[in-house]
Amino acid sequence: MINLFSKKAVVLLVMLLTFSLIAVGCGGGDEVTGNIEVRGSDTMVNLGQSLAEAYMEEQTGVAVSVTGGGSGTGIAALIDDRVDIANVSRAMSESEIEQANNNNVDPFEVVIGMDGLAVFANQDLGIEELTMDEVGAIFRGEITNWSEVGGPDAEISMYGRQSNSGTYVFFRDNVLGDDFSDDVRRMNGTAQIVEGVRSDNRAIGYGGIGYTVDSNNEVEDGLTVISIALDEDSEYATPLEPENVETGEYPIARPLYNYFNGQPEGAQLDYIEFILSEAGQEVAVSTGFYPVSPEYQEFNAEQLQ
Amino acid sequence: MTDLRLEQEEIEISKKDKLTKYKEKGLKIFFLLNGILAIIVLAGIFYLLLSEGLPTFEEVSIREFFTSFRWNPTSRNPGYGILSLVISTLAVTIGALLFSVPVGIAAAAYLAEVARPKEREILKPVIEILASIPSVVIGFLGIVLLGPIIARTFGLSNGLNVINGSILLGVMALPTIISISEDAISAVPKEYKEASLALGTNRWHTLVKVTIPAALSGITAAIMLGMGRAIGETMAVLMATGNAPAVPRSIFSSIRTMTATIAIELGEVPFNTTHYHSLFAIGAVLFVMTFLVNLVSDLVLHKYGEGE
Repeated sequence: MINLFSKKAVVLLVMLLTFSLIAVGCGGGDEVTGNIEVRGSDTMVNLGQSLAEAYMEEQTGVAVSVTGGGSGTGIAALIDDRVDIANVSRAMSESEIEQANNNNVDPFEVVIGMDGLAVFANQDLGIEELTMDEVGAIFRGEITNWSEVGGPDAEISMYGRQSNSGTYVFFRDNVLGDDFSDDVRRMNGTAQIVEGVRSDNRAIGYGGIGYTVDSNNEVEDGLTVISIALDEDSEYATPLEPENVETGEYPIARPLYNYFNGQPEGAQLDYIEFILSEAGQEVAVSTGFYPVSPEYQEFNAEQLQ
Repeated sequence: MTDLRLEQEEIEISKKDKLTKYKEKGLKIFFLLNGILAIIVLAGIFYLLLSEGLPTFEEVSIREFFTSFRWNPTSRNPGYGILSLVISTLAVTIGALLFSVPVGIAAAAYLAEVARPKEREILKPVIEILASIPSVVIGFLGIVLLGPIIARTFGLSNGLNVINGSILLGVMALPTIISISEDAISAVPKEYKEASLALGTNRWHTLVKVTIPAALSGITAAIMLGMGRAIGETMAVLMATGNAPAVPRSIFSSIRTMTATIAIELGEVPFNTTHYHSLFAIGAVLFVMTFLVNLVSDLVLHKYGEGE
């Protein structure tokens, strides 16, 4: 009995060894291999996942996993060195870079695409155009009634993101210039903002343009995407025309970042090179974003030298 | 010969006795350790909350923390006042009790005094199932079902507000309130009721004037436990109250509770910053609040236990 058992064990052991040898043999090519973990912006989750899928089709040896949670979540994870890449829809602040340095993490910045932020209102309001100043004043809580900007006499109901969102920070810093009003509802994601604005007939909200249109590029029912002018003397431009965002005529556009810990190498370098290649940029466009502008292309080239 | 055998048996029995004694002692220690474990965990949590929360006050004054209405730690001019969060938490909790206490006591009285055994057999498990619905599901119902109903009923533009959160929390507190109140009402000695009925009162009068007052301490404990549940609940209020950190101006305002603030912000904060510590400080305040509520309910329950 004991003899039989040990024979079985020997056979099993041999099988195990063969399998492991085969497995090791498979890994030993010239291909780039590795795991890349990406975390951060909810705005960029779809973009990141599409990029990862397209990349993994070309490079079968690399596994890229992408999760959301908000830009702040990605930055916090990068600072604590828990991820390889942070997807961030705004630039890291100086204090964040300082915190990272204190943790022996050296944030390395690459721009992977551009995003236009849409401001949208409930369709029933009939509001179609606003200036940057008006949008800022509404979300700062200085304009509280729609009649002040040419709408019906009704209180403005505001929807926005939570403070861990890059969209929140970008909007605060570039459109408001000051803190959001305490009356802005902090929603969990842009999809929830869209949902809230659609069902609330006094509502205004903001978010990535991709969220305001359906798969046929038609604006969702019940929403009006507002045309924005930089100031009273400028033309109103709609973000629904891609050229307006690319030329900068639409004023609320922002770069989307990837942050690495130090200069990327190996699989990470291969991945970022793919993202910035023509194929990668096409993926960005197909998910509702815009290619890296020439200005940032130069920046990237300098960074990655 | 038989004597010897008897003696041997006696020795064996005494040996066995000793063994069982050791066994018993061992088991006793085992159970004691298990009992102590709960205390250790509790003390550990409180220690963690304090040690992570106290560094907040190196940069934020205690006065600002407890008396300022401005909570905005990510602003360039950060504010760390939790007063509006505390008020929001209390607002939904009180709202929840206003809804769940009358319904809960009425349901408990019905179950204990009026319902036939068959009805009770069906109702009790159903009420207990209510307690096992995940709070995410209840929060979702708040968004898609209750919110629009509230908006339509009160002519509002949306239903993400104090009332919505209150009703959801009330529903979640109901099972606790019903089952403990029912126990309390059932435990009222039969003689009280019989005496009352013998004096010629009807059943309603007996229930309201005799049985419920006699069970009042148990019912109070039930309410307190339900309140503890409501204060600590996170997900449902996070989803259904709109999360605007302003001080609630009316029951139709969007609010943000302490639990929702912790849940929303803890994922984003870098380790060991003032913002991080302040979230633990909120947690400690919340812990003290629920602890006090539970303590009071325990004291009341104890009194009620003695009264029996």
